[in-house]
Amino acid sequence: MAQNQFFVDSGKLSSAALEHKHLIENDPSARASHMEYMEGMEKISSGIMDKVLSEVKAFDYNQYNAADVERAINSENCTIEGFKALLSPAAMPFLENMAKRAKTETSKHFGNTVYMFTPLYIANFCENYCIYCGFNCYNDINRKKLDMQEIEHEMKVIADSGIEEILILTGESRGMSGIEYIGEACKLARQYFRNVGLEIYPVNTDEYKYLHECGADYVTVFQETYEPDKYETLHLMGHKRVFPYRFEAQERAIMGGMRGVGLSALLGLSDFRKDAFATALHAYYLQRKYPHIEYSLSCPRLRPIINNDKINPLDVHEKQLCQVLCAYRIFLPYIGITVSSREQKHFRDGIVKIAATKVSAGVSTGIGDHESKYEGWEDESAGDEQFEISDARSFDEMYGDMSSEGLQPVLNDYVYV
Amino acid sequence: MDSKDTFTLGGKEFKSRFILGSGKYSMELVKAAVENAGAEIITLAVRRTNTKKNENILDYIPDNVTLLPNTSGARDAKEAVRIARMSRELGCGDFVKIEIMRDSKYLLPDNAETIKATEMLVKEGFIVLPYMYPDLYAARELASAGAAAIMPLASPIGSNKGLATKEFIQIIIDETDLPVIVDAGIGRPSQACEAMEMGAAAIMANTAIATAGNIPVMAGAFKAAIEAGRSAYLAGLGRVLWRGASASDPLTGFLRD
Repeated sequence: MAQNQFFVDSGKLSSAALEHKHLIENDPSARASHMEYMEGMEKISSGIMDKVLSEVKAFDYNQYNAADVERAINSENCTIEGFKALLSPAAMPFLENMAKRAKTETSKHFGNTVYMFTPLYIANFCENYCIYCGFNCYNDINRKKLDMQEIEHEMKVIADSGIEEILILTGESRGMSGIEYIGEACKLARQYFRNVGLEIYPVNTDEYKYLHECGADYVTVFQETYEPDKYETLHLMGHKRVFPYRFEAQERAIMGGMRGVGLSALLGLSDFRKDAFATALHAYYLQRKYPHIEYSLSCPRLRPIINNDKINPLDVHEKQLCQVLCAYRIFLPYIGITVSSREQKHFRDGIVKIAATKVSAGVSTGIGDHESKYEGWEDESAGDEQFEISDARSFDEMYGDMSSEGLQPVLNDYVYV
Repeated sequence: MDSKDTFTLGGKEFKSRFILGSGKYSMELVKAAVENAGAEIITLAVRRTNTKKNENILDYIPDNVTLLPNTSGARDAKEAVRIARMSRELGCGDFVKIEIMRDSKYLLPDNAETIKATEMLVKEGFIVLPYMYPDLYAARELASAGAAAIMPLASPIGSNKGLATKEFIQIIIDETDLPVIVDAGIGRPSQACEAMEMGAAAIMANTAIATAGNIPVMAGAFKAAIEAGRSAYLAGLGRVLWRGASASDPLTGFLRD
């Protein structure tokens, strides 16, 4: 994949900004070290990152054959070796059998339930330059940060729709959306929802503790890619550039008292088989260290370019995504799997019957536009969206569709204790 | 079956020895548990009742059935107590099944915290049924803390693996005076039957029925198996279970006076 396919120069940037942008894009030595913590970033002694990275490095998915895959599908407990086989290209012909096994595991642990939630973006200011992301600091988009009144209004609109679990998201800007701002949003959310999750920039343990006290109980952080060298070429500037600080976010969130953590790679940024392996392994080692915590995996992907599928054997089509999710389920049968509205209706309806346990509904990834999305009310001051969604079903539609698929939609399975 | 063969929990008498667990709820399952398996007690997770509309699980449960709210989601005694109080406030009565898990993978109960929670909740007037890992010492402590029954697990929850802890459950049945309700892991009617033959007071199951091909038929099969096992226990199991051969000459034939 050509690295510069993402580079876009906005005409609104000053010449100094453009010059800096071009410098860090073209000269790796001009970028900060991605493995060194920046000032203020808490260092914890974990050990998990080294373990995951060395196992990922050694993972050669081409060494697995059909027999390995069949053994993995049929073994009572899937080992790490078995999981590797399930992620390998050799497993592709066994997708249906993998799906059957995954379905069995899902129903053993979750019955026929499917959890529903909605994300709420409260700000899209960002200090990072991640070259593939629409929110990146060099991108010319409508920036917006909702004030508390606006947040409350959004929450009311969402809560009135029937949703009981909310995921609060921000762009990654400490300056524009600081911890206290997010904390206040959590306090508000506790009044309208039973369950509050966060997907914000990684913070230190004491800050997670504060946010937990404000009402948040779940934290999701996407590592994007677990391959540090690739990570370095994609996250050129800002605190997100620091690979280990991001990697350790879940652990700090747990130490801060959060009840559950979510993880993911953005599949397709790098070698998706290795990234999927790393994601699950990250969760696996966290679970061994912190067995009382609830874990969940997400599965965002970069879509392959249409009609271009022969160019990159590592493109993540629906079949590959399904393979990854089945492998996750067989390896980690107890784990939550969330499938966002980046995926289309047919995929989400199908995958909840196999492996996924949680779907979003009534989604807007813009800022302050739930009312327009829900009620056709337009607000020109709304902030731009991070990505376009592919499944625009409302809460009611999703609830109805899940029920008619024979599933039991669950709005809340949580008590705040 | 003798119609007077009942068991008592917290002063309330129950005839049916099948209790529906809370793992995988659906309207169909609750209906089958009541109509086909004869359940008089149905567990429900308080955390699932903590919802605003549409899917309140309490609506699924018929009025003549005793609710057994559980504390799933609790990770220590304090949290379990808080959830139990919440359940009482929600109008779910005084029964509570304590579930305290600090392992999200196997969901094994934490006996030490369960004993603490039992002590606290009994003091608050709850009828406490603790879900526990079958350990005799813990069972004794639960009994002296005032538990209404002991609920040892047969194997990991949802695993359908049957009586993996059989020997230890038998010890608890033999050594404690409380009703022993075998909970978690019962995968088939024959396993439920076996636990009843051992002297269990009742069986709690959910996944085995919820994941069956035909839910009502499987619910009926559990009912029949539990009754058969109970009858066998009451009848006194025959010599067929004794190990070793019978000597043809009596071993004590040499005794003279």
